[in-house]
Amino acid sequence: MYAALVAQNVFFGIIAAVMIGGALRVVTTKNVVHAALWLVVVLAGAAGQFILLSAEFVATTQVLVYVGAIVVLFLFGTMLTRSRHGTDEDLTLRQWPLAAFVSILLLGIMAYVLIDAFSDDKLPDESALLVDNTAAISDAIFKPYLIPFWALSFVLLAALVGAIVLARRD
Amino acid sequence: MLINQFLLLGAVLFCIGVYGVLARRNAVLVLMSIEIILNAVNLNFIAFALRNNNIDGQVFALYIIAVAAAEVGVGLAIVLLIYRNRRSIALEDLSAMKG
Repeated sequence: MYAALVAQNVFFGIIAAVMIGGALRVVTTKNVVHAALWLVVVLAGAAGQFILLSAEFVATTQVLVYVGAIVVLFLFGTMLTRSRHGTDEDLTLRQWPLAAFVSILLLGIMAYVLIDAFSDDKLPDESALLVDNTAAISDAIFKPYLIPFWALSFVLLAALVGAIVLARRD
Repeated sequence: MLINQFLLLGAVLFCIGVYGVLARRNAVLVLMSIEIILNAVNLNFIAFALRNNNIDGQVFALYIIAVAAAEVGVGLAIVLLIYRNRRSIALEDLSAMKG
């Protein structure tokens, strides 16, 4: 029992370090294709964290939709919008120190608020949870959250038709 | 596991995404940084779903994944149109509406 808790914390630490390193590489690398591949690291790490939080359906959906479709979309978009000189150009704006200051300030404020509010709250033990997450998710989607589900299907239809209309050549 | 470790990880990823949106020159890289922000928010939702023993957080995270997919599709179509019209997707070159 105690060994399982230690293993959870160790895996959390490893996956969190990999995710943060990958996200930093996404925002600092000089090659757009490398940025897409580091994004795959971040998204797969997020799926690992979802499994640690016993949300296996969302973790599987994350891998299928994000890593399997959205990253492929990004790579196609990169392929179709290549600049003339390849990787020579600098990919960071001139005012990046201001952006770094803003984001570090935001991180400081959020970290202070989080530590102040949730200082030592523990997550509940696994055995006290909903044991069948997928059934509970389908019950929630098709009973209380049905109308957002329909609205989401219209959003996806509009996005699909809209993207095709925007991007066609005529 | 503490809840704070997941929330702080989400906060760090959010701020890295904000830096990417503000500091990157290529429009596709800005869209990638937005994806990092959305993943940080998803992490928050699912951590709270576990803490409160309520499935609503996971349902909302699924809806966010679907909306992010739609957004990336339309966003990349717009970037493609801009590239066709102006031969460049560097944000400094897209300043036709500036002052």
